[in-house]
Amino acid sequence: MNGRDALSIAVLLPDVLGTYSDAGNAVVLAQRARWRGLDADIVPVLADDTPPAGCDIYLLGGGEDTAQVFAVDWLAGHRDVLGAMSGSAVTFAVCAGLQILGTTLIDGSGYSRDGLGLLDLSTAPARARAVGELVSECDVPGVGLLTGFENHRGTTTLGPDARPLGKVCSGIGNGAPHPGGAVDGAVQGDIVATYMHGPALARNPALADHLLWRATGAPFDDADMPDVPDLPALRRTYLAATGRIRATPRAARPGRR
Amino acid sequence: MPQSVTEAVGSTPTRPSPRRQGLWLRGAVRAGVAASSISRNVGLGAGAIIGGRVTMALAPSALAGLAAGRQVVLVTGTNGKTTTAHLLAAALRTVGPVAHNATGANMPDGAVAALMADPAAPVAVLEVDELHLADVADAVAPAVIVVLNLTRDQLDRGSEVRSVAAAVSAALAAHPDTVVVANADDPMVVWAVGATARVVWVAAGSRWTGDANACPRCGGTVHRDRGGGAWRCGCGLTRPVPDWTAGSASTVTGGRVIALPLRLPGSFNVGNAAVATATATALGLDPDVAAAAMSTTSEVAGRYAMTTLHGRRARMLLAKNPAGWAETLHLLGEHPVLLAVNAREADGRDSSWLWDVPFENLVSRHVVASGERAADLGVRLTYAGIDHTTVPDPIAALDALPPGPVDVAANYTAFHRIRRRIDTERGSAE
Ligand SMILES: [Zn+2]
Repeated sequence: MNGRDALSIAVLLPDVLGTYSDAGNAVVLAQRARWRGLDADIVPVLADDTPPAGCDIYLLGGGEDTAQVFAVDWLAGHRDVLGAMSGSAVTFAVCAGLQILGTTLIDGSGYSRDGLGLLDLSTAPARARAVGELVSECDVPGVGLLTGFENHRGTTTLGPDARPLGKVCSGIGNGAPHPGGAVDGAVQGDIVATYMHGPALARNPALADHLLWRATGAPFDDADMPDVPDLPALRRTYLAATGRIRATPRAARPGRR
Repeated sequence: MPQSVTEAVGSTPTRPSPRRQGLWLRGAVRAGVAASSISRNVGLGAGAIIGGRVTMALAPSALAGLAAGRQVVLVTGTNGKTTTAHLLAAALRTVGPVAHNATGANMPDGAVAALMADPAAPVAVLEVDELHLADVADAVAPAVIVVLNLTRDQLDRGSEVRSVAAAVSAALAAHPDTVVVANADDPMVVWAVGATARVVWVAAGSRWTGDANACPRCGGTVHRDRGGGAWRCGCGLTRPVPDWTAGSASTVTGGRVIALPLRLPGSFNVGNAAVATATATALGLDPDVAAAAMSTTSEVAGRYAMTTLHGRRARMLLAKNPAGWAETLHLLGEHPVLLAVNAREADGRDSSWLWDVPFENLVSRHVVASGERAADLGVRLTYAGIDHTTVPDPIAALDALPPGPVDVAANYTAFHRIRRRIDTERGSAE
């Protein structure tokens, strides 16, 4: 935790990439840390701010085309933050956030531009927009089924250095052909990315806890952890469609790499 | 003062009058009226929309024919369409009959139904869904188009805010002679209005900036003055000088103060009333007369209405998206609160928006979470630190609150379901 008392969670460009409520992921991470007795600060980083490079967790959300272009240029101008995102910190990126961290972005008019290159993936426009519920079986051991709402027009192909976040049970996800079947998202080092809004960490607390453990380096003692009383009903609602309802699993410890 | 709205505006487009419409259209209208009464009789509910659909199917240009010879005002925008259209219709009725889609049926078939219902009214006030503005405007050749605000609403249907704004922009560009009354405080609206020739700018206010910080023109940051309403972006997009400015219970134009003694709550509705006053004035009404007429409106298609069930006096509030919820939470007093959320087609299937609503402000209230997405709402409330109970059935949720005043805030289909359920319960109790 960078030697401080409080976990710091940076929400990058909520004013630019705030279209799909992904800042809710920060609220979930902060509350789950606090419920375990760990202080947490949410640091919104607006376009006019100089982003702090020493945060524990960086969050990137979804946004529209012009916002993506802006976000790539903005992050490219803050190399120290990019260094932290691919180094000491944990990064969770959703939708446009996933796309801009890749190597290549091709927009609707066929124009190709470089992404930030932190994830080995490239994104091209899909024929049709993917809009609807997305369920995947997470590849992170113990996390279980993930649920989220996807709304994007990207087809994302993973390169050899990026692994998928999960296998798609229903919905589209990355959209590009993948050996063994459709996948969603990407994991590379301490960067986790997905097409799931929802926000994803509210619907999938096991993934939230996995990110927290990666950021703090140690599992929590969960004796005092309060319930989120409505969560089982929420997960039943969204997982029912797949016929693969499962009680919320305890979060997995992060794999040591 | 002019004798009629038509006379005041003057440049009535020359079109055949309703009386001279062809037989094909009159037949279509009759079939639509029949279907409308059938759907009401068998309890299908929104008879207005079904009647309109039949007419559209039988006569695709029914809308153009029905609008011919009338002065039509179209009201569009994400939030406040129904309220603004009601206030404007109340003002224009001081001059003569007004056709109006009062139930909020804002697709083209709803417009057809409203015009069918009042075939002799020389003036029509039609609220129109943003994505249908172009089609309806092309059909009715409107005298005025009102653009209130453009924020996020049902992203899974309308896709992105900016593309909705682009659709509105194209619709306005196709009608260069139409007067546009638009909100100067919303950068997305200002971008959409663009270089339209005849604009009346109203500083109607905008508490919601969640979608509007990114400049719609260049993607950069829109800078807002603290306290003042001015805003600008480095690319040059900036707030136009307003012709009208909404105050706390009044609106000002050219140094003249028009009192707005509304019976609807909230600064958002003062903004809506300022827009309606500016629009009525553009049509030739005296602004004080228009404002006085608006002060009689106390509910809008069931919104803000008071209803009593099982000893709970419920004030009914509708909120459809983060901007609307932010405004609605602002209206709540200290009473217990029933929140209800659905995620049907008309609501938008994606309930992510719950995370953009500042439910943290409900702290210390007695809160019940209800509706078909009560669990999503409940999870959001827990993370916001709001104690609550979760009761998906809205009547059971109402009963879970203590007798006395209750504020009911619900999104679109949840709102209408609660109203129907309360009506049914009250009916069976009599
Ligand atoms: Zn700009």
